[in-house]
Amino acid sequence: METFIQQLINGLTVGSLYALVALGYTMVYGVMKLINFAHGDLVAFSAYVGLTIFTQFYGSNALTLVNIVIVFSLTSIVVAFMGVLLERLAYRPLRTAPRLSAVVSALGASLVIQNGIMLIWGPNMEIFPSDIFPSTTWNFGGVLISYTQFVILALSAFLMVSLYLFINKTKIGTAIRATAIDQDAAKLMGINVNRIVMIIFIVGSMLGAIGGLFIGVYYRGLTFDMGWMYGLNAFIAAIIGGIGSIPGAMLGGLLLGLFNAMISGYISTEWAETFTFILLIIILIVRPAGLLGHNVAEKV
Amino acid sequence: MVNNEVLLSIKDLEVGYGGIAAIKGISLKVLKGEIVTILGANGAGKTTTLQTISGLLKSSAGTIIFDKNDITKCEAHDIVSLGMSHSPEGRRVFGTLSVEENLMMGAYTLKNHDKETLEWIYDILPRLKEREKQIAGTLSGGEQQMLAIGRAIMSKPKLLILDEPSLGLAPILIKAIFKAIKEISLSGVTVLLVEQNAKAALKLADRAYVLEVGKITHEGTAEELLNSTTIQEAYLGKKH
Ligand SMILES: Nc1ncnc2c1ncn2[C@@H]1O[C@H](COP(=O)(O)OP(=O)(O)O)[C@@H](O)[C@H]1O
Ligand SMILES: [Mg+2]
Repeated sequence: METFIQQLINGLTVGSLYALVALGYTMVYGVMKLINFAHGDLVAFSAYVGLTIFTQFYGSNALTLVNIVIVFSLTSIVVAFMGVLLERLAYRPLRTAPRLSAVVSALGASLVIQNGIMLIWGPNMEIFPSDIFPSTTWNFGGVLISYTQFVILALSAFLMVSLYLFINKTKIGTAIRATAIDQDAAKLMGINVNRIVMIIFIVGSMLGAIGGLFIGVYYRGLTFDMGWMYGLNAFIAAIIGGIGSIPGAMLGGLLLGLFNAMISGYISTEWAETFTFILLIIILIVRPAGLLGHNVAEKV
Repeated sequence: MVNNEVLLSIKDLEVGYGGIAAIKGISLKVLKGEIVTILGANGAGKTTTLQTISGLLKSSAGTIIFDKNDITKCEAHDIVSLGMSHSPEGRRVFGTLSVEENLMMGAYTLKNHDKETLEWIYDILPRLKEREKQIAGTLSGGEQQMLAIGRAIMSKPKLLILDEPSLGLAPILIKAIFKAIKEISLSGVTVLLVEQNAKAALKLADRAYVLEVGKITHEGTAEELLNSTTIQEAYLGKKH
C-alpha cells in the first residue's frame, strides 16, 4: 500500500511535467493541425535558460522566493518569445503549404534549436543545483513527499486550472476554440487568426517553459538533446488524451506519469518505456482519436 | 428604407483558383437598405464572389468599395469591423461550442455584446433561445442555419451577406428563414443574398443579378427578372 501511494505521488509529479509539455503540442495542433516537433527542444532550451539565470543569483546571495519567481517569470518570457519567433520563421510562411512541408520545417527547427543549445552551453551534461527548493521532505506514514514535488504538483495544478478557465470562460479562449474548429468561419467573426496563433504559441511555450524548469529541478541533468526524450513522452501523452484536446493533454500526461511510475514501482524501471508504447498502442486500438479526442469533426 | 447611397460597389472583379478564372470581370452595386440577390446555377461563381467581398479570397483584378473604404486588399477580420458580416455557405457554425458561445463569437469585434441585439435575435429566431445552452453541432440543419444568421447579425452589421441560407432545408423552415431575413432587412440592415431558390429570393429582393460562369448576364429589379421570359425558363422552371 505504501509503495502504491508513493508511486502515486511520484507518478503525479512526473505526469504533471508531461501534461505541461503536452499542452503545448495539443494547443498548436488544435489550431494549426501541425505537430510542432520543436516544442520539446524549446522545453530543453527553457531548462538551460533557467539554469543560467539561477546561476546569476547564486554569486551574491542564496535563493529567495522572490529570486525563484523572477527566474520562472524571466524564463517563461524568453521562451514565449522564442515560441513566437519559431512560429513566424518556421511555420507562418508555410501556413498554406502542404502539411508535409510544415512537418519538415518543424523537424528542421527542432535541429536548429538543439544545435543552438549545444553551441551556447556545450555538448556536455549541465547539472541543475540541488538546493533550489529547500530539501525538506515530509513523511506521511512512510510515504515521502519532497518540497520540490509539492511545488511541482501545486503549481502545475494551478496552471492547468487557470488554462482551463482561460480557454472555457473567456472571450479570447472561446475565440481560440472557434479558430481550432474552423479558421475561415473564425475570420468571418472578425477574429484575427494570426493573433490567435501567436497567443497559442505564447501560452504553449510558457507552459512548456515551466515544464522545462521543473524537469531541471526534478531530474537535474541537462543535455542539449533532452528535448527529444521529454518531448516524445509529452507527445505520447497528448496522443493518449486525444491530440487537439486540452483536457485530453492534462489527462494523458497524468495517466502516462502514473502508468510509468506503477511500472517502475512494481515491474522495473527499464521496462517503463516499453510499456508506455504498449499502452499507447492499446489506447489507439480502442480509441483511435485518444481518450478525450473526437474524430475530426465532420462539417455539417 | 432604400436611399441612393451606395454601400457596396464592385468594379471589374476578377478572381481565380490557381490560374483558373472563376469570376471574369463582374461589377455590381448594393444601395443602403436594399435586399439584393445574386442568382445562378451551381458553379456559376456566387460563393467565390461573396468570399472575395468578405476578404476570404483575394481578387486578381478589380476593386471593392464598402461604405467608402477600399477593401480590395483588406483582411477578412478587418472587414468585419467595418460593418460587414458574412454567413457562409454550409452554415459553418462552431460545432463544439454552445449556441450562446456561437452568438458571442458573432459579436467578437464589439467591446461588449449588447443585450438588446441578443434579445432581438432570440425574438426573431425563438428556437435559438430555447437551445441557448445546447452544443451547436447537435442542432438540426434548420436550427444551425438560424444560428448562422443570428451569429452574423450579432456584430450589428451594415451589410449582411447570406450564402444559400435555404440550402437543404424543409419548405417550412425555408419560410421561417426568409421571414427572419425580411425582419432583419426592415430593421435597417442591407442584405446581399445568394440563392438557388430563385423564386423565393426574387419575391424578397429589391434587385437581382444573374451570374453565369463568372459573368453577370442579367440585372434589374426583382420584378423585372420575375417577369422576364429568359429568367423564367432558366431559373423559375416555367416553360413558354
Ligand atoms: N477551392 C476551389 N478550388 C478550385 N476551384 C474552385 C474552388 N471553389 C470553387 N471553385 C470553382 O469555381 C467556380 C465557382 O464556384 P462557386 O463560387 O463555388 O460557385 P457557386 O457558389 O455559384 O456554386 C466553379 O467552377 C468551381 O468549380
Ligand atoms: Mg455556392
